[in-house]
Amino acid sequence: MSTFLLEIGLEEVPAHLVTSSEGQLIERTKKFLTEHRLTVGAVKPYSTPRRLAIQLTDVAAESKSLSEEKRGPSIDRAKDDAGQWTKAALGFARGQGATPEDFETRDGYVWLTKHTEGVPAKDILAKIGDEVVSEMKFSTYMKWANNSFQYVRPIRWLVALLDKEVVDFNVLDVQTGRFTRGHRFLSNEHVEIPAAIEYVQTLKSANVIVDADERKHEISSQLTTIAKEHDWVLALDSDAAQDLLEEVNNIVEWPTAFSGGFDEKYLEIPDEVLITSMREHQRFFFVKNNEGDLLPYFLSVRNGNQEHLDNVIAGNEKVLVARLEDAEFFYKEDQTKSINDYMEKVKKLVFHEKIGTVYEHMQRTGALAKSLAQLLQFNDKQIADVTRVSDIYKFDLMTGMVGEFDELQGVMGEQYAKLFGENDAVATAIKEHYMPTSATGEIAQSDIGAVLAIADKLDAIVTFFAAGLIPSGSNDPYGLRRAATGIVRTLQDKQWHIALEPLLRQFIELQGTVAKVEVAVVLDFILDRVRKLTLDVGIRQDLVMAGINRAGSVDIVYIVDRIKTLATHSEDDNFRDVVEALTRVDRLAVKQVTNDKVNPALFENNAETELYQATDLFKVDYLVGRSEELYQALAKLQKPIARYFEETMVNSENDDVKNNRYAQLNVIHRLINKLGDLEQIVIK
Amino acid sequence: MTDKKLSLQDIILTLQQYWAKQGANLMQAYDNEVGAGTQSPYTFLRANGPEPWNAAYVQPSRRPADGRYGDNPNRLFQHHQFQVVMKPSPENIQELYLGSLEALGIKPLEHDIRFVEDNWENPSMGAAGIGWEVWLDGMEVTQFTYFQQVGGIEVDSVTAEVTYGLERLASYIQDVPTVYDLEWGNGVLYGDIFKEPEYEHSTYAFEKSDQHMLLRHFDEFEAEATRLLDLGLVHPAYDYILKSSHTFNLLDARGTVSVTERAGYLHRIRTMARKVSKVFIEERAKLGFPLLKDHDLRKKYLGENGKYTKENA
Repeated sequence: MSTFLLEIGLEEVPAHLVTSSEGQLIERTKKFLTEHRLTVGAVKPYSTPRRLAIQLTDVAAESKSLSEEKRGPSIDRAKDDAGQWTKAALGFARGQGATPEDFETRDGYVWLTKHTEGVPAKDILAKIGDEVVSEMKFSTYMKWANNSFQYVRPIRWLVALLDKEVVDFNVLDVQTGRFTRGHRFLSNEHVEIPAAIEYVQTLKSANVIVDADERKHEISSQLTTIAKEHDWVLALDSDAAQDLLEEVNNIVEWPTAFSGGFDEKYLEIPDEVLITSMREHQRFFFVKNNEGDLLPYFLSVRNGNQEHLDNVIAGNEKVLVARLEDAEFFYKEDQTKSINDYMEKVKKLVFHEKIGTVYEHMQRTGALAKSLAQLLQFNDKQIADVTRVSDIYKFDLMTGMVGEFDELQGVMGEQYAKLFGENDAVATAIKEHYMPTSATGEIAQSDIGAVLAIADKLDAIVTFFAAGLIPSGSNDPYGLRRAATGIVRTLQDKQWHIALEPLLRQFIELQGTVAKVEVAVVLDFILDRVRKLTLDVGIRQDLVMAGINRAGSVDIVYIVDRIKTLATHSEDDNFRDVVEALTRVDRLAVKQVTNDKVNPALFENNAETELYQATDLFKVDYLVGRSEELYQALAKLQKPIARYFEETMVNSENDDVKNNRYAQLNVIHRLINKLGDLEQIVIK
Repeated sequence: MTDKKLSLQDIILTLQQYWAKQGANLMQAYDNEVGAGTQSPYTFLRANGPEPWNAAYVQPSRRPADGRYGDNPNRLFQHHQFQVVMKPSPENIQELYLGSLEALGIKPLEHDIRFVEDNWENPSMGAAGIGWEVWLDGMEVTQFTYFQQVGGIEVDSVTAEVTYGLERLASYIQDVPTVYDLEWGNGVLYGDIFKEPEYEHSTYAFEKSDQHMLLRHFDEFEAEATRLLDLGLVHPAYDYILKSSHTFNLLDARGTVSVTERAGYLHRIRTMARKVSKVFIEERAKLGFPLLKDHDLRKKYLGENGKYTKENA
């Protein structure tokens, strides 16, 4: 059995694309092997910033041969009266590359057995350039030199070896060979790989750890060792640290961890600023002491060995100090001004050129936030906080610190607001209004923060939609889907029953041109996020749609509740019967919608009386907003409804009787509406 | 660190010699105000069309909003870029770049050099590229870009652009706390030469510029550029586009351009930049792309009747 190696040599691939590209290379290779019926043992991927590779072990000598039986025309059509092969038969043979001599006759038809011989592995693998390498797709593309071919970064070399033999192919003008490149600085430019199976070892002696997992493990163990030596706490398990580790792993080929430090005086700067400087800007790992305080040290990883590490440490310390020097300057300078000073500048800051300024956005958000606060019956203190925070919550955008470290927006707002004497609720809300910042990110905890977060996102969605800047496909440059998801998750978390429809309708009317958009379009956009979120927790599509349609005044929390209610009861034994009975009422009721009261005097049978009495027991006010109770109440009508339809012709010739029956059905229909659009439910 | 610290002018001389040896023609700094080496016609115009082009030059770059009255250790109204462009991008451009660091005495084995993804875009010039920033022991010293689009037009032949921030690089090499402590040459410090102009230009840009004059100039420069473009006078037109761009930057620094106006001005510059790229290619095509020697490429881009054959609307 043979081993095959493919290595694509590239200029430095963006760190965030290395791992996904490695995964893609595996998938494409597996598909390629299946298509060509070539059997292999394991498919092992490798990656560094400068290369993507796969090693196939136990490669079969040739692809599996294939015998396929093809049925031709029936015997009576295959031969004419004279016993000669007909045109149909000759055509069939020609199409299969055979002659009539090869025919077998069986079951009244002529047959051909088509035999495809196995193809030598080397011939198949020579196609991997066209069918795998060139076909790779990336989220960032470029072209280079005079080529129109696009790739993630320029391809500089290709290795394709079947054991010791080069498999010949080329991509653009790059021809396969047996020479890879070692580490940019620690090794020679061209390194010969003697045999496919010796790939990992060859590169290791050329100072490249080509196995991404092994390299990552090496990095964490080096980092941990240094942290232990100094008794520093290095939290490598956090999501942020794992992301950084992943990134660092894809920037280096031969990692050597080191530590550096900075003057203690910079610890006066808020931790968030220090951490951002270290982690986001310099790709450093920060460390703490056992009490959880940030220490004036950092860990980082060099793409190289221990030699002259002092230079590297000194250089990195100098760069960090320059950043901290800036941060310290901004921190002090920013405090010499006031919130009013910053707000004056916010008045000139663009929100979006088609929409207007951030200040106008704040004013609209403020109006929405106050409406929400009233609907939620906030007390006077809370309303005062909402009013205050709406007036200032973007002020930190104009501070020097946020100008320099834009990822600290909100975080610095909270810090500075406290320093400027704002109360804690206002300060916290400034930070929380950005939340959640990702699909699974933390949600605003304080009531003021949550109201502001919802209002800010609603205004963004409405005004961007009004300006025609609507997300399409995977394209959502302004993060409006994330904003809508944030609204849904925040309402859910707070269990705030808000009728979004009237709230938005009033808001849109009040704001005029800047918010000129159909309310329904905005609501559908938000409801689509409800759909996504409920599907994500594993609820059936039909049940989700049943709960989302007929959204009424669009109380998101209630809509999610009723979807869950339907999902819970979909396992009930009588679910099918209940849904069938209720949808039958629904279908009829909409033919003649009426709000008339039911008159028992017009009943003609017991079933009518029974249904009327069952329905009349409902405390309708109680059922509104309680999907579980509503479902149970309606489920109890299943039998009365069934009997009703057995004994009653709704369309009586007597108009009074008929109208009375529609009145009865409409009473139930109105309640069903509050449960959703049951017609969507697929009954098995 | 190197034993003998190179002065800023030694750094320039070294880079010029090095890149001249690699086949770049040494141009002189463009005699018009620009915000970056990219805006020089030796990059911006030459990146268009299929003709090869290799050049290197120092470009003083003015960014009025970055002025800090000579007070900030790193930020400047005007800094200096050393710009290298090679088109089509050579296969070994990264190695050539690393060679230039060695020429400056920066031995890769004694440092940590990384290519960190950083894609570049200048929307007002309709230009975008893919590339990296180069980190030297954690400090960004060079911007490395493969141009993909210039003047809103997808390029025929990709230019590799290497832009060294000379002050940063020199700060690293000389290991001084502020740019003003750098030695330019012969014992004369950067501050001796530039501290006063930095103060004066900052004062001018932030406090004293005549906005009415600047607004009027912008309109006039734009009108002139547009008129010249219609006449096919690419280079004079481009000069006026650069003047418009710089005038806008001055207005912007003064903080008098309102939100909606700002977008409008950028749009006007972008419109001119798109047009000049198109006209440049047309005019070069009329000349028969004289720098394009490759037979196949001549056939591809000039077609049978000697006309540029690529759709570039």
